Amino acid sequence: MQRLFIVSAIVAGLFGAGWVLSAGRPLPAAAVAGLSGDPAAGEAVFHAAGCASCHMAPEAEGPARRVLSGGQRFPSPFGTFVAPNISPDPDQGIGGWDLRAFASALKRGVRPDGAHYFPAFPYTTYTRMTLQDVADLKAFMDLLPPDATPSQPHEVAFPFNIRRSLFGWKLLFLDADWVLDAGTNPSLQRGRYLVEAMGHCAECHTSRNILGGIDKARWMAGAPNPAGKGRIPNITPGALDWSEADIAYYLETGFTPDFDSVGGHMAFVVENTALLAPEDRAAIAAYLKALPPLK
Amino acid sequence: MISVRLAAVTALALAPALVSAQDYKFQLTARQGQMAIAGIGASVLGDMAKGKIAYDAAAAEAAAHNIAAIASLNQDGLWPEGSDDMSIDGTRAQPTIWENNADFMSKWESFQTAALSLSDAAGSGVEAMQPALNTLGQACVACHKAHRAPEN
Ligand code: HEC
Ligand code: HEC
Ligand code: HEC
Repeated sequence: MQRLFIVSAIVAGLFGAGWVLSAGRPLPAAAVAGLSGDPAAGEAVFHAAGCASCHMAPEAEGPARRVLSGGQRFPSPFGTFVAPNISPDPDQGIGGWDLRAFASALKRGVRPDGAHYFPAFPYTTYTRMTLQDVADLKAFMDLLPPDATPSQPHEVAFPFNIRRSLFGWKLLFLDADWVLDAGTNPSLQRGRYLVEAMGHCAECHTSRNILGGIDKARWMAGAPNPAGKGRIPNITPGALDWSEADIAYYLETGFTPDFDSVGGHMAFVVENTALLAPEDRAAIAAYLKALPPLK
Repeated sequence: MISVRLAAVTALALAPALVSAQDYKFQLTARQGQMAIAGIGASVLGDMAKGKIAYDAAAAEAAAHNIAAIASLNQDGLWPEGSDDMSIDGTRAQPTIWENNADFMSKWESFQTAALSLSDAAGSGVEAMQPALNTLGQACVACHKAHRAPEN
């Protein structure tokens, strides 16, 4: 009887320790101390990182694309995630957040109360962003229109709905290392930053393992479409034979070199890349051409 | 008797599934063909914008006029009800075209407006043409995003 008690006490103790250890840690306050954001620079970050594509209301067009009231649904094998309100509304949005909370969400996937975010929010990409870019982004987003639409709960079933379990997932799949060796070429480095730290291209164009982690050995070599129909294409030089000019032009206008125009979810991406500086589109194109060709 | 009725009922129930792409062969050829003509025009202009081929005012105008002609075609008859990708093979037209036809038609109108202003601008040099070409691209994308299924 006493033995049993001791064993359960040890188990409970270990579980409790695990529970404490598995809480998310925000960035240290010192990391953001002294940073101040420039909203004009933040606008470019906002477009490059594609925040509006997921956080605007479903099917918003024109100026409504800047109202980040949430509500779009993202089906996945684990359930359906619903993008939250991240407008500057102090109650329903993130108007009350300081830079440290905002940066911890983007770079560590940690909620202000220490809970882990689901990787449907692509912080596995944003973890590579510079803190200055994060500060600029926040300064820009603070000026967007507030909206009081409440965030909707995700439709994710047990056990995937346990945020604590994401601790292990993050140990496995959250790392800030670059995937492509860009050498010393500044345009390639810029392209890598735009793709790997902001554009989250790999979130769609790379297949995932059964735990939902991105398979880096198949980086950008295409993936099934989580929304159902069709495949998301392989965009390594092993499949995509477009020239750099073709790719840059596609990211600007949506026209493919083969008489068509972009469709599906990529259309949202092009709405963002169309707003980048021409050098940035060229840098993304150079990056794609430098990827290891995969079949 | 019952089995005859059952057979009849079953046949009726299956009937809609028997509609095949064949029944809409001309409509599909026509509506996809008009897209192809617009696409070829856009690709000529795109190659000029990218610098892949030299800008030529006459060729640019001809391409833009073709796109404008396509955008001006009356679409009645090309999109019969039941010719969506849930009902038949051989098409990527989504049911939203019929469910929200007003949206589809307004996107077609934006396409026409964009094509007509491109027609005006195409003969005046690459710089003059580029913004109109970008607006046209947005019109194609807006409609494909909402109403065309992804390629398989
Ligand atoms: C691919 C879609 C997607 C993109 C792109 C995206 N997000 Fe999110 N975001 C989500 C989802 C889904 C959640 C909910 C995560 C959760 O509840 O665990 C979320 C959550 C958040 C949260 C937490 C809100 C809260 O109330 O706790 C913030 C802040 C946020 N996103 C900011 C951003 C910013 C800034 C960007 C651009 C740099 C961005 N997101 C890009 C899908 C996205
Ligand atoms: C939300 C998912 C998603 C994201 C994020 C995404 N893509 Fe795509 N991409 C797609 C889909 C879907 C297609 C197919 C488009 C179509 O059917 O017209 C595509 C097509 C493409 C193509 C054309 C390939 C071809 O063979 O037609 C290129 C190039 C491309 N993407 C580059 C990028 C780059 C660069 C980024 C990051 C800046 C990116 N994509 C981000 C989903 C995405
Ligand atoms: C108002 C809606 C709309 C607009 C505007 C539009 N498209 Fe389309 N497009 C469609 C639909 C719907 C289909 C699928 C038709 C089908 O498969 O039956 C399609 C198909 C296509 C195809 C594939 C044709 C094939 O052979 O199957 C191409 C290429 C294309 N569009 C190019 C363009 C270009 C380029 C533009 C702009 C210059 C454009 N489209 C503007 C709705 C539109």
